[in-house]
Amino acid sequence: MTALRDLIKRYQLASVLVLTLLLAVVLPLTLDIFRLNLVGKYLTYAFVAVGLVMVWGYGGVLSLGQGVFFGLGGYAMAMFLKLEASDPITTKIQSTPGIPDFMDWNQLTALPLFWEPFKSLPFTLIAVIAVPTLLAWIISYAMFKRRVGGVYFAIITQAVALILTVLIIGQQGYTGGVNGMTDLKTMLGWDTRTNGAKYILYYVCVALLIGSILLCRWIQTGKAGTLLLAMRDKEDRVRFSGYDVANFRVFTFCLTAALSGIGGALFSLQVGFMSPSFVGIVPSIEMVIFAAVGGRMSLVGAVYGTLLVNAGKTFFSESFPDLWLFLMAALFIGVTMAFPMGLAGLWQDHVVPWWAKRRSEMRKDKAAAARRAAEDDASGAAPEAAAKAPRAAGTPERLGDVAGQRA
Amino acid sequence: MSNTDFAIAIEDLTVSFDGFKAIDGLNLYIDQNELRVIIGPNGAGKTTLLDLICGKTRATAGSIKFKNIELTKMAEFKRVRLGIGRKFQTPSIYENLTVFQNLEVSFPKGRSVMGALAFKCNDEVKARVQVVAEDIMLADRLDLEAGLLSHGQKQWLEIGMLLMQSPELLMLDEPIAGMSARERELTAELLQRICKGRSVIVIEHDMEFVKRIAHKVTVMHQGKILAEGPMAKVQADPNVIDVYLGH
Repeated sequence: MTALRDLIKRYQLASVLVLTLLLAVVLPLTLDIFRLNLVGKYLTYAFVAVGLVMVWGYGGVLSLGQGVFFGLGGYAMAMFLKLEASDPITTKIQSTPGIPDFMDWNQLTALPLFWEPFKSLPFTLIAVIAVPTLLAWIISYAMFKRRVGGVYFAIITQAVALILTVLIIGQQGYTGGVNGMTDLKTMLGWDTRTNGAKYILYYVCVALLIGSILLCRWIQTGKAGTLLLAMRDKEDRVRFSGYDVANFRVFTFCLTAALSGIGGALFSLQVGFMSPSFVGIVPSIEMVIFAAVGGRMSLVGAVYGTLLVNAGKTFFSESFPDLWLFLMAALFIGVTMAFPMGLAGLWQDHVVPWWAKRRSEMRKDKAAAARRAAEDDASGAAPEAAAKAPRAAGTPERLGDVAGQRA
Repeated sequence: MSNTDFAIAIEDLTVSFDGFKAIDGLNLYIDQNELRVIIGPNGAGKTTLLDLICGKTRATAGSIKFKNIELTKMAEFKRVRLGIGRKFQTPSIYENLTVFQNLEVSFPKGRSVMGALAFKCNDEVKARVQVVAEDIMLADRLDLEAGLLSHGQKQWLEIGMLLMQSPELLMLDEPIAGMSARERELTAELLQRICKGRSVIVIEHDMEFVKRIAHKVTVMHQGKILAEGPMAKVQADPNVIDVYLGH
């Protein structure tokens, strides 16, 4: 029993459990399938936000190009789905039946060679993770080994995001251009547009997200997590303690790229299309905002941040479409100025101490009442009880503090 | 030169920053188990010398051999793994981690990414942390956040982080800077305890402290060695008095 409690405390399982309950029970019971599908879409961004907690919050390296990896994962999945949607019967009016419609519009007469492997689902699923990871490895290895960091790294990741967008838009015949890949319908014959399929995909998304959070928690609580924090604060001390700092950064960056790729693939599946508007600079920065609002040191907070900002975006862009961009900018500036640790920091610094204080006051009241009762009895046991009470109340507060560092 | 008896052998070492030679054709040999103190006025190149040995700065010319292995082209972390530990001038510890974590992270296992992921803080690690913590007088502070330690304790903690790695060559840059008299006393004792079985290079300004700990003293001036030998001999050297001690 105590072993279980230690485990829960160590890995912050309580907060993960609350999140799981919210996502897997509360939201499906309260939202209709349209809204739930929307939540599912937001949760795919949360994969990126969780990754940013690792690489930015823990690793201290801000990447403004996470949309690239989200996009690569999404495009890999979309290519498979698009090929399945482009069977010769449904595309028989094209001049070349059996290839995706946008290729036909761009006068391509055969499927390009690099599309061929995406006819296989196992290959696609591997590519969803492998392609973003490989690109992340190339970028980060080249940069971290040369000790490029900080703002330079952010700028270069941003340039990569821009380059990839331009490439996708420019190569319309191969990528679908600015429209992206649309009309994704089935996966191995399973219609992904039905309500039942949407429920299943939503739960798959939630399960993978929770799995990713647990994986990241496990890394954070181990030596690698401690090292990431150490590197963030005193890079040279870590290097001169015998560690190859660059390798740890490369690993973290590749991990976040893999997570983002999974998110992107789930996006394509749930939303039914993929386009360059989820790859470029703006979505990449939006994803940083999700993590910042949620709290860049909190994996669970990043998910709440993503959900809240997107809920706000949906609400405001339905009511005041022109204002949304300004509101979001204001939100980002406001949060970073007033609550640098985001919602999670707010919870940790204000809600938890307030609750602890309330509880200790309640105990004090009880102790005072006990003392009064004892004085009536003229017994000597009461002061002792009163002295014990505040000390007992102090313990949960301190535990909460330690837990909050990692929450 | 291939004398394997020396812990570290530096020959004709030069480093120039845009033409300015911070270290200029320097030769320095340090024996195994020796505690050498390097003194010299500001700008003499003392810290640069340590930077060159640990790899923070790259040499322009010359050779540094540790246990007869050439270091000048080697990556920093590899030099550490060979057994070179270096303490920085300002205490360089992880302020947000506890004293225990600071020492644990310095334990020389699990240094690769996969190694760190698989690393378990087992009894061996805990025992080592306990031993080192007692050595550096912080055994009762293990759960304290390192940022809350006093300045002197931070200096000790950084020394402890190096001791975790059992280095064969320990380089300490001004280990008693900002310490109280009592802390200096304790640090001198600490140095005498830990210099057994390894070579130690200390940069220091405090002459009383130097006298107390040094086996041999090297005086540096303008990137070169001005004098070398036992403290008494160095103090009597007219050149040294002229550039340094006399002022």
